[in-house]
Amino acid sequence: MAKVLMKGNEAIGAAAINAGCRYFFGYPITPQNELPEYMSRELPKVGGVFVQAESEVAAINMVYGAAGSGVRVMTSSSSPGIALKQEGISYIAGAELPAVIVNIVRGGPGLGSIQPSQSDYNQSTRGGGDGDYHLLVYAPANIQEMVDLLQEAFDKADFYRNPVMVMGDGMIGQMMEPVEFKERPEVDLPPKDWAATGTEGKRKPNVINSLFLKPEELEDHNIRLTEKYDAMKKNEQQWETYNMEKPEIICVAYGTTARIVKSAIDTLKAEGIEIGLIRPILVWPFPEKAFVELPETAKMFLSVEMSMGQMIDDIKIVNQGRLPVEFYGRSGGMIPSPDGVVQKIRALLGGAK
Amino acid sequence: MAVVFEKTKGLTEKETHYCPGCTHGIIHRLVAEVLEELDVLGETVGVAPVGCSVLAYEYFNCDMQEAAHGRAPAVATGIKRALPDKVVFSYQGDGDLASIGTAEIVHVAHRGEKITTIFVNNAIYGMTGGQMAPTTLIGQKTTTSPLGRDSNLTGFPLRMSEMLATIDGAVFVERVSVHNPAAIRKAKKAIKKAFEVQLEGKGFGIVEVLSTCPTNWGMTPVKALGWLEENMIPYYPLGNFKSPEEAK
Amino acid sequence: MAKGKVIFNEDICKGCALCTTNCPVNIVVLDTSRINQKGYHPATLSDPEQCIGCANCAMMCPDNVITVERF
Repeated sequence: MAKVLMKGNEAIGAAAINAGCRYFFGYPITPQNELPEYMSRELPKVGGVFVQAESEVAAINMVYGAAGSGVRVMTSSSSPGIALKQEGISYIAGAELPAVIVNIVRGGPGLGSIQPSQSDYNQSTRGGGDGDYHLLVYAPANIQEMVDLLQEAFDKADFYRNPVMVMGDGMIGQMMEPVEFKERPEVDLPPKDWAATGTEGKRKPNVINSLFLKPEELEDHNIRLTEKYDAMKKNEQQWETYNMEKPEIICVAYGTTARIVKSAIDTLKAEGIEIGLIRPILVWPFPEKAFVELPETAKMFLSVEMSMGQMIDDIKIVNQGRLPVEFYGRSGGMIPSPDGVVQKIRALLGGAK
Repeated sequence: MAVVFEKTKGLTEKETHYCPGCTHGIIHRLVAEVLEELDVLGETVGVAPVGCSVLAYEYFNCDMQEAAHGRAPAVATGIKRALPDKVVFSYQGDGDLASIGTAEIVHVAHRGEKITTIFVNNAIYGMTGGQMAPTTLIGQKTTTSPLGRDSNLTGFPLRMSEMLATIDGAVFVERVSVHNPAAIRKAKKAIKKAFEVQLEGKGFGIVEVLSTCPTNWGMTPVKALGWLEENMIPYYPLGNFKSPEEAK
Repeated sequence: MAKGKVIFNEDICKGCALCTTNCPVNIVVLDTSRINQKGYHPATLSDPEQCIGCANCAMMCPDNVITVERF
C-alpha cells in the first residue's frame, strides 16, 4: 500500500480501525482531539460505534463494559484525563480484559499545559491505579512506528487479556508524516469464550469481575497475574540501538526525544565524538536485556527526557551500579533541542576528562 | 394441585449474603422473574454495582459484569453498544447511583441508552455500615449523621426519579416499593415494563425501588417495612413519572 | 380443608419474619421452639389446614425459602 501523509492523531485512528477496533469511547482533551474526531467520522462507516462520554471516568468504564463483551475497543486521552481513567484501567487489568488506551502526553502536574511532554512515564509504567498490575506500554518515536505498534497493541491485549497503553506526546499527535498501512500478519489468538455476551441457555453464566473477597483467592489471582507480567517481561521487551559500537556515553531516550538525541549523536560523530543510544520501544517492560552487555568504552548513561527525569530509576535498576547515570531534560512543554543535548554531552565529557 | 409460587430460574442456587429481612432479596427475585417470564435470561448481561448488592453477579442466573462504584451505567453503555441485540441492565443502590454515580446515571439517561436500571433506595449506605446517603431522610440518624440528618448542614434528600424524568432520553421512570404483597406486585409490573421498553428499543428505563435496611436502620425487619411505609413513601411518592406514551 | 400448601426450605430461612406479616389467615409464624442450621427460628405454619394458597408469604420472602401449591 502506498504511503499517505497523515497527522499523528488521525493515523492512530486509522491504524486502530485497520486492526479491527470498532468501538471507541472518549472525552475531549487537548492535544489528542483529532483522534476522537476521526473516530466519530470514520467508525460509523465500518459499522463501528463512537460514543463521546460524559467524562474520562465514564469513557474508560464504557471501554471496560465493551471489553467484557469481547470486542476490540479503544479509548484515548491526555495526561490529566489518563489520571482519571486509572480507576477503570485497574479494573480492566484486574478483570483481565483486553483494551487499548492511547495517551498523548502533555505537561503536568495538575492542569499543567497542553504542550508535548513525557511526564507520564511513572503514571504509565508504575500502574497508576490501585493494586498489583502492569500494562504493556508502547512508546513509538514516529508516526509509522505508532501505526505499526498500535496494531500490534490490539493483538497483545487480546493475547495477554490485559490493557495495553500506547504513549505518544503532543508532538507525535500533532505532526504530519508519510505513513504506510502494511499487511498485518495473522496472529493466532485464543477464543474469547470468557466474554459476557449472554449464555443463550447453552453454558453457565460468564462473570467479568475483579472482586475476590477471600484473601487466598485474591492472592492466587495476584500470583497468576504476576506470572503473566513475568511472561511479558520475558517476551515483550523491544528496543532500538544507535551508534553503540564504541560510545563514550550511552544516551537513553524514548519516543520523539530519541529522534532529537539521534541528531545530537550525528552532530558529535562528525566531530569524532562517539555517543550511543538505547531507545526503549516499550517502556514497560523496560528493555533490561539491552543493558546486559555494555560496550567497554562507555563511561556513563545519559537519560534524555521531556520530564524532570522519571526514567532515571529504571536506568539505575538495569545499570546495577556499573556506571554513573546523568540526566538532561526539559519539561513543561519545552522540547530539548539537539544543540541542548550536544552541550550537555560536551559538558559531561569535559567533566570526565 | 398446581405450584403457584416457586423460586425463579432467573436466580442461581447461591444463598444471598444479605441480612435477614433485607428487601434486596425480594427485588433480585422480581428482576429474575421478569427476565425468566420475558424469556431473555440467555440474552441478558447484567451489571452489578458496589455496595450491598456488589455480589449480585453470584445471584442472577445470566452473564454479569461487576462495575466500579457508581460506574454501572457507563459499563452497561459499553456492553449495550457492543451487543445492541442483548438485554442489558444495571442494578444499583442509592450510594452508588445517587451519590458517586450521579454523572453516569444522568448521562446514560441523557444519551437514551437502551438499558434498564434497577435503583434500590434504602436511604442509607448499607455495606459500609450505615453512613448517611444523599437519600437519607431529614432527621434520620446514621453513623455519619449521629444527631439526625440536618438539612442546614447536609441538604435535602435527592429525589432521583423526579430528576431523571426531566431528561428526554429517559422514557420510563417509576418509583415502587416492596413493603407488602400489593406493592411487590406493582413493583414487578414496573420492572417488566422497563425491560419491555428496552426490548422495544425506546430508550432508557429506570425503576426506583424503595427498600429496607433493618440492620443499619436499627430495627427488626418487620418494623423496617412499617418505617419505609410511614417515612419514605411520604417523601418519595410512589408512581410512574414517565412512560413511553408521554415520552417525546 | 386446606386449599393451599406451603413448603419451607427451612435450612435457608433467616428467620426475618417478613412472611408472617401479610398472611390473610394469620398462620405463618416463626417456630421459636427450634433453630435451623443457620441459627434462626425458621418460619412455619401454625395451622396448615387454614392455608388458602395465596402465596403472600412467598411474595414477602427475600430468600426464596417458600414454595406454594394450590389444590
